Amino acid sequence: MKITLKVWRQKDTNSKGAFKTYQHDHVSPDMSFLEMIDVLNEELTHKGEEPIAFDHDCREGICGMCSLYINGRPHGPLQTTTCQLHMRSFTDGQTITVEPWRASAFPVVKDLVVDRTAFDRIQQAGGYINVNTGGVPDANVIPIAKKIADEAFDAATCIGCGACVAACKNASAMLFVSAKVSQFALLPQGQVERKERAEKMVAQMDAEGFGSCTNTYACEAECPKGIKVTNIARMNREYFTAMLSSYQIETKGGGD
Amino acid sequence: MKWFLDLFSSSLGRKVLMALTGIFLILFLAVHLAGNLQLLKDDAGKSFNIYADFMGHNPLIQLVSKGNFAFILLHAIWGIMLTIKNRKARGPQGYANPNKSSVWASRNMGILGTLILIFLVIHLKDFYAQAHFGSLSTQVYEGKEVTDLYTQVAYWFNVEWYVSLYVICMAALGFHLWHGFASAFQTLGLNHMKYNPVINFVGKTFAVVVPIAFAIIPIFMYLGISF
Ligand code: HEM
Ligand code: FES
Repeated sequence: MKITLKVWRQKDTNSKGAFKTYQHDHVSPDMSFLEMIDVLNEELTHKGEEPIAFDHDCREGICGMCSLYINGRPHGPLQTTTCQLHMRSFTDGQTITVEPWRASAFPVVKDLVVDRTAFDRIQQAGGYINVNTGGVPDANVIPIAKKIADEAFDAATCIGCGACVAACKNASAMLFVSAKVSQFALLPQGQVERKERAEKMVAQMDAEGFGSCTNTYACEAECPKGIKVTNIARMNREYFTAMLSSYQIETKGGGD
Repeated sequence: MKWFLDLFSSSLGRKVLMALTGIFLILFLAVHLAGNLQLLKDDAGKSFNIYADFMGHNPLIQLVSKGNFAFILLHAIWGIMLTIKNRKARGPQGYANPNKSSVWASRNMGILGTLILIFLVIHLKDFYAQAHFGSLSTQVYEGKEVTDLYTQVAYWFNVEWYVSLYVICMAALGFHLWHGFASAFQTLGLNHMKYNPVINFVGKTFAVVVPIAFAIIPIFMYLGISF
C-alpha cells in the first residue's frame, strides 16, 4: 500500500504547530497504525529528520496510552484503540490526516503527544475507596446482584484514553469521569465515599477546564471500550443528590 | 449558601438550568399551540380573539407568562454562555476535521436556539407587544369588547417573507427539540432502560408534530384555508 500522511508536527507546548505531509510507500495492510508510523519514523531517522512523537505502551488495547485523531475520529475509523487499528481499514492511495487530541485541558507536549495528567488528577480527587488492613476478607461475603456487578465492571473497563474528550465538540470529560464515579457508586465497597467522590471528581473536572456535556453522545460512539452514556446520567444523579444532601466538609490547614 | 452557588456554577448544575427551563418551554409550546389552532376556525377570528383576551387578562396566566419570559431569557442567555464556554474548552487550536459521530442537531443547539431567539423577538414585537401596548382595533362579541388580534395576525400571515420566516424558524425549533427533549431528561439524570423508549418516542413525536402544526397555521391562512 501507498498512503499520504498529513501529520501535525509541533516542537513543544509553546511553539506553533503545523501539518506536514509525508509520502509513505512501504505500508503493509497487516501493519497496525502504530507500526506504520514506526516504519515512517525509521525512514525519517535515517534521513536525519526528527521522528514523529506519539504515545503508546501496551499495544494490546488495554493501557489507554495510544491516542491519535485520525480522519476526524479518535482512534480512527474503527471503535478500537489506535494500536488495534490496522492499515487494512484504509485504502491504497488514501490521504490520512493525523491530529493530536484537542482540548485546552490536554495541552500538546510534542507532535501527537498530549498531556493527559488532568485525568490522573480527577482520579486522585475521588476515584478510590478506603479498605481496612487486617485479615483477608472472605470472597463473596458481601452480597451483590449479578446485574449490578456487571454494570460496575462495564464502567470499570474504561482505560482513560481520552477519546471521549477528543470526540466531544465541547471537549467534555463526562464519559470518563462518569465511568469512574459509576464503578464505585454501584458497588457496596464504594458507599463510604459515595457523595464525597461525586462532588470532588466533578469539581476537579471543572477545574481542569473540560467543557459541559451537551448529550451529543459522540463519546459513546467513539469509546474503544463501549462505555455507555447511562453512566453520565448516573453521575448527574450522584452529583445532584450529593450536593443537595451531603454534610459540608470544611477542611482547615494543619501543619503547613 | 456556598454549596448552592457551587452547585449551580458547576458544569453539571448549569445544565440543570437549561433542562428545567427547556422543559417548561416545552409545556408552554403545547398550550400556545392549542390556542393558535383556533386561528384556523372559520369564524372570522371570534374564538381566537376571545381566547387571546382571556389569556391577556387572567391574572394567573399573566403571572405564568411573566415567568415564561424570564425562563426564555434565562435559557437563551445561559445557552449562549454555555456554547461559548464549551467552544473555549477545545483550546486555541481546533481540528482540521471536526468529529461527526453524533446527530447534527445535537451539535448545533446554539445556532438553532439563536434562530429561535431571533424569531421570538420579531414574533413578540408584532403580536405580543401589539396586543398589550399597541392600538389595535376592537371587536364586540356578545356585548364584550375585545382586542382584534386576529386581524393583526391575518395581516402578517399574508406577507410572504413573514410566512417563510415563520416556517423556517419552526424547522429550527423542530431540530432543537429533536435533540433537546430527550437530552433534558438525560441532564436531570433521568435515564432508565424502562422509560428511555417512552421518553424518546414522545420527544421525537413532539419535535415533529408541534412545529409542523405551528407552521401549518400561517401556511393555511396564507392560502385561505380554514375549517
Ligand atoms: C420555545 C423555545 C425553546 C425550547 C422549547 C427549548 C428547549 C430546550 C431543551 C429541552 C433543551 C435541552 C436541555 C438539556 O440538554 O438539558 C435545550 C437546550 C438548549 N437550548 Fe433551547 N429551547 C428553546 C429556545 C432556545 C433559545 C431561544 C435559545 C437561545 C440561544 C436556546 C438555546 C439552547 C442551547 C444552546 C441549548 C443547549 C444547552 C446545552 O446542552 O448545554 N434555546 N433547549
Ligand atoms: S497502546 Fe495500550 S491501548 Fe493502545
